Amino acid sequence: MGQIILNQVRKTFGDVEVIPPLDLTINDGEFCVFVGPSGCGKSTLLRLIAGLEDVTSGDISIDGQSATELPPAKRGLAMVFQSYALYPHMSVRKNIAFPLRMAGLPKDEIEKRVTNAASVLNLTDYLDRRPGQLSGGQRQRVAIGRAIVREPAAFLFDEPLSNLDAALRVGMRLEISELHKRLSTTMIYVTHDQVEAMTMADKIVVLRAGNIEQVGSPLELYKAPRNTFVAGFIGSPKMNFIQGEQASALGADTIGIRPEHIDVSDTQGQWSGRVGVSEHLGSDTFIHVHDTGLGDTITVRAAGEVDFKHGDTIHLTPRADQIHKFDAQGLRI
Amino acid sequence: MATQHSRTAARIMMAPAVTLLLGWMLVPLIMTLYFSFKKYLPLRGGDLGWVGFDNYVRFVSSSAFWPSVTATLIIVGGVLLITICFGVLLAILLDQPMWGQGIVRILIIAPFFVMPTVSSLVWKNMFMDPNYGLLSYLWEFFGAEPIQWMSQAALPSIIIIVSWQWLPFATLILLTAIQSLDSEQLEASEMDGASTLRRFWHIILPHLSRAITVVLLIQTIFLLSIFAEIFVTTGGAFGSKTLSYLIFQRVLESQNVGLGSAGGVYAIILANIVAIFLMRIVGKNLDN
Ligand SMILES: Nc1ncnc2c1ncn2[C@@H]1O[C@H](COP(=O)(O)OP(=O)(O)OP(=O)(O)O)[C@@H](O)[C@H]1O
Ligand SMILES: [Mg+2]
Repeated sequence: MGQIILNQVRKTFGDVEVIPPLDLTINDGEFCVFVGPSGCGKSTLLRLIAGLEDVTSGDISIDGQSATELPPAKRGLAMVFQSYALYPHMSVRKNIAFPLRMAGLPKDEIEKRVTNAASVLNLTDYLDRRPGQLSGGQRQRVAIGRAIVREPAAFLFDEPLSNLDAALRVGMRLEISELHKRLSTTMIYVTHDQVEAMTMADKIVVLRAGNIEQVGSPLELYKAPRNTFVAGFIGSPKMNFIQGEQASALGADTIGIRPEHIDVSDTQGQWSGRVGVSEHLGSDTFIHVHDTGLGDTITVRAAGEVDFKHGDTIHLTPRADQIHKFDAQGLRI
Repeated sequence: MATQHSRTAARIMMAPAVTLLLGWMLVPLIMTLYFSFKKYLPLRGGDLGWVGFDNYVRFVSSSAFWPSVTATLIIVGGVLLITICFGVLLAILLDQPMWGQGIVRILIIAPFFVMPTVSSLVWKNMFMDPNYGLLSYLWEFFGAEPIQWMSQAALPSIIIIVSWQWLPFATLILLTAIQSLDSEQLEASEMDGASTLRRFWHIILPHLSRAITVVLLIQTIFLLSIFAEIFVTTGGAFGSKTLSYLIFQRVLESQNVGLGSAGGVYAIILANIVAIFLMRIVGKNLDN
């Protein structure tokens, strides 16, 4: 069980309204990702759900019961912090056992659950070490271990991978996704990394300045972004936005086309421009094209290695069915 | 200081300071050792020659010796207990956001800047005087017989006075330690279901253990040698004679430099025993 419903939840710090009234439903077993630029209120929203901050008004209910007035410990949620927040003077075993000890579980039950969590997370060999003697990835796993032994109604993660290096991040991403598949417990995951959001989420909540811009599955957001903000935020590299003639020809104020939906050619195409920087990733090449007469630089993706040099002329053809149209307010048409 | 060259240079540059400090410590130490083996009575014949371990034996066998060791330990222990317990509480209190935090902090630190002699006299005359001290008015207000602090409760009086002086020091060090505690750790423990008291016990106190060790060690060193507080209050009477006060009496009141020096050597030994003892039990906190 772990259905979380936010009803007109609002949060202000002094005069500053960080979260304007907001409604959101997170279903049982769902992997829900909050994503948005820095300072948009992701952490605040998560902390409101956790109970570490009081809501200014509105109601949070967990499994059908109002949790607005409940202290954090009574909400049955477990949180994994960005800094891991392990207890440095306790061994890994004690760290993982801490919530169980606080709950007053019998010794053998604690032992059983800790051993179990340690084997799930590959921590068995480190149980007697202190957090200070572990690598970043191991610490992260201890923090997750401390969360899973409680068997919470939902897990809350606040940018848990941002302190890890790129390779480890990919690994931990998979581990967390796998954990979710195995436990099928509700997880709420905060990140500003849209790749994490796309790869892990069942449901993505895109936030801007405390407002929910769009809620949907990763592919919904990718295929039908509701406005230019979501369109620009989801997808990597960013969507190209074009205004002016080209847009009004299609009856829109702005049109958007993703780099992967533009075909390149060295002989003919709808637009032409001059090749700027090319980013070779091996599997793909991202080419930044200047002087297309469309305003900004256009980024295109070409599959595999392509043979364009800096300064070459390149021809681009957008796929007509993949063009997103937006009106003057930036809303999808 | 990685290379051989820079290490040599560093040694040469440190040499003057090290030599000075060594001389600073060694000269008095050697003079104390020197006099402790002599019969030296400045007003009664001066240097009367070597006497071997005579002074050592006489110092220990005097009836005032063991009571003075006990008094020293009671004062040091009592002050440590009070300053650390109240220091932790005050530090937690001062860490809470409140109006006028800056001023309150300065006020809390203030006693540390008052000279020991002055604060002891203030306590003795303004608070603990049996006739017109504030405390006696307090006792009378509740209908109790005022305590003759200096005579009936000499050791507790001195412990109170010295604790008052050293509480700011403990509070300050513990406050900076508390401020360095990661707030996410507290939040994590809150989510883990730890009550306020258990958070204090399982998270805050272990976090403070290192700072407490520092306070313990530094205060012990200074408290073993308190003198002014005793001199201006009880003058060593009513069982408040500490080892350092006893040495003072032997040298200046009995004019026996040799005997006093022997006592000084005992004081050094006592201080070292206490220091080693403390390092053993709490020193492991400083390791990691
Ligand atoms: N305790 C506080 N007092 C006042 N303002 C706060 C407080 N906590 C957060 N804010 C403000 O609320 C806004 C949202 O902060 P929040 O930490 O939720 O951002 P975020 O989306 O998590 O950003 P990031 O990705 O950088 O972590 C910010 O503008 C921040 O300045
Ligand atoms: Mg944040």
